[in-house]
Amino acid sequence: MANDPIHQFQITKLVPIEIGGLDLSFTNSSLFMVGTVALAAGFLFLTTANRGLVPSRLQSVSEMSYEFVASMLRDGAGSQGMRFFPMVFSLFMFVLVANLLGMFPYFFTITSHLIVTFALAMLVVGTVVVYGFWKHGLHFLNLFVPQGVPGILMPLVVMIEVISFLSRPISLSVRLFANMLAGHITLKVFAGFVASLGGMGALGIGTAILPLAMTVALTGLEFLVAFLQAYVFAVLTCMYLNDALHPGH
Amino acid sequence: MSVVTPAQAQSDPAEGTHSETGLPGGETHGGGVFPPFDSSTFASQLLWLAITFGLFYLLMSRVIVPRIGGILEHRRDRIAQDLDEASRLKEEADNAIAAYEQELADARKKASAIAETAREKAKAAAEAERASTEAGLSAKMADAEKSIFAIKAKALADVDTIAEEAATDMVKHLLGGSVTKAEVAAAIRAASGK
Repeated sequence: MANDPIHQFQITKLVPIEIGGLDLSFTNSSLFMVGTVALAAGFLFLTTANRGLVPSRLQSVSEMSYEFVASMLRDGAGSQGMRFFPMVFSLFMFVLVANLLGMFPYFFTITSHLIVTFALAMLVVGTVVVYGFWKHGLHFLNLFVPQGVPGILMPLVVMIEVISFLSRPISLSVRLFANMLAGHITLKVFAGFVASLGGMGALGIGTAILPLAMTVALTGLEFLVAFLQAYVFAVLTCMYLNDALHPGH
Repeated sequence: MSVVTPAQAQSDPAEGTHSETGLPGGETHGGGVFPPFDSSTFASQLLWLAITFGLFYLLMSRVIVPRIGGILEHRRDRIAQDLDEASRLKEEADNAIAAYEQELADARKKASAIAETAREKAKAAAEAERASTEAGLSAKMADAEKSIFAIKAKALADVDTIAEEAATDMVKHLLGGSVTKAEVAAAIRAASGK
């Protein structure tokens, strides 16, 4: 493998497909999307197959993830928000498993590509907008008009609210993308130091312990980040859905 | 089928070169395009994300979420049912305890009543016995007193006769003469102040 921190994000075609001038090849990214779905769905499906009244350990893991997302959604968007539970649960599990799968050496991290996280963020914001207008009609626009603001400040406040709403898909997608990208680059850079220092004889091997320790520590941190970013993505999804359900604040 | 795109054409020679020459990343990857910003891969990523995530969403909403929700619901129902059963049993136990306490109190009352009557009866019997014994004793005492009186009277009557005889004997011995019984009796009666 190349000692190049960017190489891990390279997309390579496994099955080239082109339809109407569009490159729709099955790539390593597609493979890991399939893997993520297979792993997450397979785990949830198999561990709950017994429907045990007293859960086995793995069944508890599935139930815990369910209840974790359920309480997150109930706290964030109220009990009405539970109609979006399958979506939030799918997003959380998909991002979490994709992030964790990316922690394996030589594995591809699908959430390290902006287009993927942006698509997921647009799914969330699109749901908010469509559901908001469908449910509340034009009252959904109350979202941009906070109550109790003096008349003179109103145009300014409305402008800020609109900008903050429009920046949501960007912040939501860039946060996840940048965290995964930066983490993997850092990890690769420090791991690269170990290899290059190790090739410099006895002194080099002695010094290589420092970046090695750093790599180990960063690996732990990256597992935390992998979980945390999935959690943050799901929590923000819940908060945005709350706007669709209760636009009047 | 296999269509060579510019991205692929550029990445293939790169694979061979950069591991040994360590060329700068810019030259090795897609002609300087940072992979996440390489728009030639966007269509494919979006398509496969839509397929995989759509499938995942369907699986979650149709199979997994109802299943886990059902498991949790079933467990909650079962726990509520068990709690109901437990409170019902507790009530039963409380009732049984109350009935037992009641019966115990009744039995205690009954026992003390029985003891009371027994004590009364025994007391009455003892009282009667004491009364009859006392009556017997006082009758005996009266008899004894009567006989004492009789003996005393008889003894007092005898005292004079004994004194006459003693005085007659003493006079006979001391004076050698004899006195009549009548004289002695008169003398004694005078001495004893009768």
